[in-house]
Amino acid sequence: MAVYKQQYRPYEGPRTSPIWRFLVPLRYSYAKILQSRLLVLLLALCMFYPCACATIIYLSHNSPALAALRLRSGILPQVDGRFFYFFCTVQGSLAFVLTALIGPGLVWPDLANGALALYLSRPFARLEYVASKMTILVLLLSTITWLPGLVLFAIQAGCVGWDWAVDNAWLAGAILVASIVWIVVLSLIGLALSAWVRWRTAAGVAVLAVYFVGAGLGRAINNIWQTRYGYLIDLGEVMNTVWAGLFRYYRGPGLSPVHAWLMLLLVCLVCIKALASKVRGLEVVR
Amino acid sequence: MPFDSAQPVIELSRLTVRFGTRPILKGLDARLYGTSIGLLGPNGAGKSTLIHTLLGMCPVAEGTAKVMGHDIRKEQRRIRSFVGYMPEGDAYIADMSAVAMVRMMGELSGLPPEAALERAHEVLFYVGLGEARYRRLGTFSQGMRQLAKLAQAVVHGPRLLILDEPTNGLDPAARTRMIRLIQQIRSSGKVHILLCSHLLADVEQICQEVVILKDGWLIADVDLDAQRRCDRRFLDVEVWDGADQFAGAMAGLGCTCSSSGQGRISMILPEGLHLQQVYQTIVDLDVPIRRLSYRTDSLEQIFLRAMESADGGL
Repeated sequence: MAVYKQQYRPYEGPRTSPIWRFLVPLRYSYAKILQSRLLVLLLALCMFYPCACATIIYLSHNSPALAALRLRSGILPQVDGRFFYFFCTVQGSLAFVLTALIGPGLVWPDLANGALALYLSRPFARLEYVASKMTILVLLLSTITWLPGLVLFAIQAGCVGWDWAVDNAWLAGAILVASIVWIVVLSLIGLALSAWVRWRTAAGVAVLAVYFVGAGLGRAINNIWQTRYGYLIDLGEVMNTVWAGLFRYYRGPGLSPVHAWLMLLLVCLVCIKALASKVRGLEVVR
Repeated sequence: MPFDSAQPVIELSRLTVRFGTRPILKGLDARLYGTSIGLLGPNGAGKSTLIHTLLGMCPVAEGTAKVMGHDIRKEQRRIRSFVGYMPEGDAYIADMSAVAMVRMMGELSGLPPEAALERAHEVLFYVGLGEARYRRLGTFSQGMRQLAKLAQAVVHGPRLLILDEPTNGLDPAARTRMIRLIQQIRSSGKVHILLCSHLLADVEQICQEVVILKDGWLIADVDLDAQRRCDRRFLDVEVWDGADQFAGAMAGLGCTCSSSGQGRISMILPEGLHLQQVYQTIVDLDVPIRRLSYRTDSLEQIFLRAMESADGGL
């Protein structure tokens, strides 16, 4: 509209489908996230280990290259459940760091100045809002966890052959499930803390505290009471137990996989409850 | 879908809202037809709660309400698609530019990205933030934030614009500008306005119909246009002497007079009678005047009467 024609004109154009509307905040969030050089650098660093793994897989099936590098074939790790377990552990840790950096900035800016009322007074439900914010983390963390994991699986399958892929299809499933479970847990923790701690830095510290304080406290409980149940509040241990079970890798005595899965479920439910109590159009004082 | 003007804009049927066990809205019943409806009431009367309930942010305990024929319990999403809402308190994303936030809100209301961008620029120019549209909202003054809130409320071309205390925190010049903008939007004829305020002057300038709430009860529903049409004028006179003679003379001029003793006379002036004629009568009869006050039936008086009235009848 020309500046000189300053008069109210209603909008009568087309409308988009409500199904994909939850992608709108996601687009704006990505535009903001990718403005941060630190995050882009970190994302690039997150690709270092998958690239190293891909190189290992390539070299382990390429004798001339090994010979050229003067390496023995036995020196390289075998590509099996253990290999992918460690891949998930490394990438999972990096996913955690990314969540601590990105998560706090997702919900908090909307809650800090009452902007949530603007979202929720539109044809946009609370569930869509949470789904939108969660998708930001899910997509970002997927690029450094199961996506490169499956690429590694495909490279290995390409090098060894179709039979290997069929025999080890469970590995692809384990990569997918292990990564997605971790991503969901991290996303929910990140969003819940972002909703509850209305100071970005403090929310980031709180995400880290969930991991490290839980780990320290868990080990203290184990030492004082001579038990293994302290691991239940050690998120890293809980997740490692789940991954070890999925990749059929024995880590020694620790938590039972059932307890670990139940603990993850509990963490998710607590986070959902925390989000539900904060993500509202208005705060009700009873 | 075009809105049938014979249908009420807002229809409340025994609408009850509770926060915990505390009732906030107590069985409201009303059918509001005006193009611009004012929601008046003292603090804590339930004005904002009624707005939040219409938008689906507060759960309904009993009864229901319809917004432009759509039930708030069943068609919440549909209602939100044609409503624009300007909240009372702060509502902005500090690290976003005005144009980005308004565009995003437009997209959330269903505008395609390009159209939303175009509309965002358009409405920001319209509300007077054209030059500041690329600035972060966190750097805006209170008045600018109010305008940005108005911009996001109209970006998608709503059919019902809900304004909760739009002139809050504005200086006189900004307040006048805000009222003028709302009047212009109303005059477009494409938007119904529900204005919630405790400032009677704002409501009087903008609204055709006024609903007055008190302690969660609806105590008055006034058609301001009809009131303005009959626009009764009152004259209260106190004289030292000759009250009956003066009342008789005024009755002769068409006034409806009532005397309450001690020289006090209250009169309703007929249409066309000028105050000059009243003064002339006083001079002609040589009536010694102790006090004379002239008033019209303003919203303030309607509001005060409603507040004082035990049953809310006017």
